[in-house]
Amino acid sequence: MNKNPALRALGQALFWVLIAAVLFYILFPFYWAIKTSLTNSAQLSSQALQWFPNNPTFQNYVDVFRGQPFGRNLLNSLVVAVGTVIISLLLSALSAYALGKFRFKGKSILMYIILAVSVFPQIAVLGGMYTTIRTLSLYNTWWGLMLSYMIFTLPFTVWVLTSFVRDIPTELEEAAFVDGATPMQTLFRVLLPVMTPALVTTGLLAFINAWNEFLFALTFTSDDKAKTVPVAIGQFSGASIYENPFGLIMAGSVIVTVPLIILVLIFQRNIVSGLTAGAVKG
Amino acid sequence: MTTTPRARRTRSLAATRARTALWLLLPTLIVLAAVAGYPLLRTIYLSFTEYNINTDAAPKWIGLGNYWFTTEDGVGLGVLQIPEWWQSVWNTVKFTGVSVLLETVLGLGLALILNSKIRARGLLRTAILVPWAIPTVVSAQMWNWMYNDSFGILSEWGQKLGVLQNGQSFISNPDTALWALVAVDVWKTTPFMALLLLAGLQSIPSDMYEAADVDGANRWTQFWRLTLPLLTPAMLVALIFRTLDALRVFDMPYIVKGNAPEVMTMSMYARQEMIQNAQFGLGSAVSILIFLVIMIFTVIYVTSLRVKFD
Repeated sequence: MNKNPALRALGQALFWVLIAAVLFYILFPFYWAIKTSLTNSAQLSSQALQWFPNNPTFQNYVDVFRGQPFGRNLLNSLVVAVGTVIISLLLSALSAYALGKFRFKGKSILMYIILAVSVFPQIAVLGGMYTTIRTLSLYNTWWGLMLSYMIFTLPFTVWVLTSFVRDIPTELEEAAFVDGATPMQTLFRVLLPVMTPALVTTGLLAFINAWNEFLFALTFTSDDKAKTVPVAIGQFSGASIYENPFGLIMAGSVIVTVPLIILVLIFQRNIVSGLTAGAVKG
Repeated sequence: MTTTPRARRTRSLAATRARTALWLLLPTLIVLAAVAGYPLLRTIYLSFTEYNINTDAAPKWIGLGNYWFTTEDGVGLGVLQIPEWWQSVWNTVKFTGVSVLLETVLGLGLALILNSKIRARGLLRTAILVPWAIPTVVSAQMWNWMYNDSFGILSEWGQKLGVLQNGQSFISNPDTALWALVAVDVWKTTPFMALLLLAGLQSIPSDMYEAADVDGANRWTQFWRLTLPLLTPAMLVALIFRTLDALRVFDMPYIVKGNAPEVMTMSMYARQEMIQNAQFGLGSAVSILIFLVIMIFTVIYVTSLRVKFD
């Protein structure tokens, strides 16, 4: 477009400055969190504003497991998130098969209902869910959290898997049918293997959502028996009110974020396609 | 008219298939009824009752009293008469409007950068996924630290620039607190917006731009006449997704600022009444109001986009 080489170089340079600014804006808070996590609590106040850690120490990473029940919180988060994903995928694989390959009356109404549930504000069911969970003695348990998380993971996984199942060639299913396979055999022997990429993607997105959930975890747990990592990080306190616990908080934050970043790096393509499939098609 | 055996067989096959489909759907439907249907109905019921969960043995039916009730002395006790509720509505509306607008503009910019043929594209795309993937609690605490009034880097910058007084922070100043929260939300969710818009951009066929090039349209004209109109559907979807999310925002402001009135959102107000104050009746009424607002938005979304299923 622009023939003048000097102007073009200037345009290029401006463009790269822009990109550098974007990267700085996105990544600076992470850098700051990591830097803070490497400064021990005693020195934090004197070094809080320095750009580089003076004498980096992993003390906060040790302390976060020692003084706090952070290990237990991690276990809770892991069990609840993995459990939620497994149950959601199992249930939604069955549903997605029905919704994607079968014709029956009331199907589109069902799809509307499931879509409606996926936009339910969690707060709208909080009161009813709280009393229900208490009645069922699921308060402060893993099961209580897994059950309540279904409200946002299940509609999502059903929705995305359905659109995937619909795109699987019908010949596959027909061939299995002709061979005398029952619907269950067809689903587990024929369709599920084809669905593996979709299961990985939806499972991963459901995992991230369950791992990050805060409101239900805050409301339905009371102590470290079931408290998940986000709640623990939200409620961190120092050994005394004079101590600044942000070194610990940042260490905890880095610990829960690193696995997610690794997952994102490995599966970035799947995540992008899953997000856009869920949003644009839905 | 007699039906042929063949037609009868297909019909019974269809009936069997319909039955099978129902069995396949049953587990999901039961779980959804248990986690969404029943709790919602129960919340609606509770919203018509007076129920302090710590002191009352059972909910006491009071009809619409939680929504609108004036005592003989003229004191309004219904949620619709409580200034704190309207404050939270107004906060939520401001928060939603400004953050969604900024996210759309910045997200579009980011999407355009990501859609151009630059070398750092893969790196950038991965980088913008990171704020999206980390827990909101973590991003809230990260910013909380940067906003800290004595040791926060952002407060330091604000004070150096003379925007803030010494010892003050964007979050402790009631005038800027809500906007400081908007900044966190924009940082966290612009990437999501950018990804949705990028998907929209990539679905625009490139020969349209070639034709525009041949016609001599410059980049600016191409953007306004070609890119933007073709991107509108994707942008609408992204807008509504973000709007619904922002309307129910709870965790980020709760962590950064606690239940401070100047940043109290609708969801924070509902939980404060319900869990902290143990007022399940009033809190449920608030929840139902939020639910209605979100459902109205959703209906507009579904009808305006004519979502199709088959």
